[in-house]
Amino acid sequence: MIFDYNVIWEALPLYLGGLLTTLKLLALSLLFGLLAALPLGLMRVSKQPAVNMAAWLYTYVIRGTPMLVQLFLIYYGLAQFEAVRESFLWPWLSSATFCACLAFAINTSAYTAEIIAGSLKATPNGEIEAAKAMGMSRYKMYRRILLPSALRRALPQYSNEVIMMLQTTSLASIVTLIDITGAARTVNAQYYLPFEAYITAGVFYLCLTFILVRLFKQAEGRWLSYLAPRKH
Amino acid sequence: MLKGYGAVILDGVWLTLQLALSSMALAIVLGLIGVALRLSPVRWLARLGDLYATVIRGIPDLVLILLIFYGGQDLLNRVAPLLGHDDYIDLNPLVAGIGTLGFIFGAYLSETFRGAFMAIPKGQAEAGMAYGMSSLQVFFRVLVPQMVRLAIPGFTNNWLVLTKATALISVVGLQDMMFKAKQAADATREPFTFFLAVAAMYLVITSVSLLALRHLEKRYSVGVRAADL
Repeated sequence: MIFDYNVIWEALPLYLGGLLTTLKLLALSLLFGLLAALPLGLMRVSKQPAVNMAAWLYTYVIRGTPMLVQLFLIYYGLAQFEAVRESFLWPWLSSATFCACLAFAINTSAYTAEIIAGSLKATPNGEIEAAKAMGMSRYKMYRRILLPSALRRALPQYSNEVIMMLQTTSLASIVTLIDITGAARTVNAQYYLPFEAYITAGVFYLCLTFILVRLFKQAEGRWLSYLAPRKH
Repeated sequence: MLKGYGAVILDGVWLTLQLALSSMALAIVLGLIGVALRLSPVRWLARLGDLYATVIRGIPDLVLILLIFYGGQDLLNRVAPLLGHDDYIDLNPLVAGIGTLGFIFGAYLSETFRGAFMAIPKGQAEAGMAYGMSSLQVFFRVLVPQMVRLAIPGFTNNWLVLTKATALISVVGLQDMMFKAKQAADATREPFTFFLAVAAMYLVITSVSLLALRHLEKRYSVGVRAADL
């Protein structure tokens, strides 16, 4: 079996366009996912059962069902309702890009909320006691002590979540978007060269994964170095 | 129920379960082989194991599924004529799905198993040696039973991710519950109803697995003192 480089070389613009789409989907879904995850994470550590249970139910259902089903529910499912089709939201909800971003953001918000909640619960007692001893209000304590400390400690786990999300964006190709996987599917459909098409896509994803791992290592060096074991 | 599609979807549920359980069985075998390679003192074997774990975990499941399904079919039909088989071979989606998911999650499990083996205190194996056990006896009598306990949380996680990943096999034509729901949705023009029903089925499967594996974890942790926080 001879690898056909020519086809891949000619399809490179398609892959690069796909790369941009993948990065756009990833950035948007991570941004909105994180914004939603913060209040959800705080709800998950709340002592009020109703508040806590509501957030728990949300994360449980989202984490217990496949991403593909969530994507189909939003992209194909919502069109079932007349009210949705006639609402002012319809121009957005009929766009594959918007639906994919929405589904991905909802999905990552659930996982990220659990990460943030876990990190908040692992806050050393001394930090909380010190904040209370300084006479901080609850709000000030969260803003100045708890959240900065917890979000930093959540960084290693969050980096895993970001890499999982990178891989999840490949599902966008199922709802007609041309991301990296979509580009590979187009190439395979045109030339019937499955190995060349999908291995190229795989190489793109591997490179992106390594870059993300690198970036998070640097971020951890910047914000978490105070937790590293001391070097003598 | 469900406009007469209830039974069709239940058929799909059965196929989903078959797919998930068989691929997990294959993944456990591959995961154990993977961890044996990665912990091997022979350097190139360890490198090979690391390569398997790193490359597979760095590429999306969907891309690997498409690669193995279409690429595998292509390869099969190029190799088969050389072996004197002239008909075009269609890959069975269930077999291909089990192979693909088993191969992918073998890499994830090798990581889980590696962490579990490494968490067993060295003194355990040394004590076994001191009693005069052979290294195989130490492995199966001392290390594996403890590894199972330590690997259960990671295994639970891998199993849940695998169950959800089975939905992707519908993309290459396996008639699992996701595929059946899509058909029913197209025929009745009520996609929300059917995808919601399927989401509920997945939730039932993941919830039951979670309860069962938590029970298993308790059983394997009998006699282990938990940290009292």
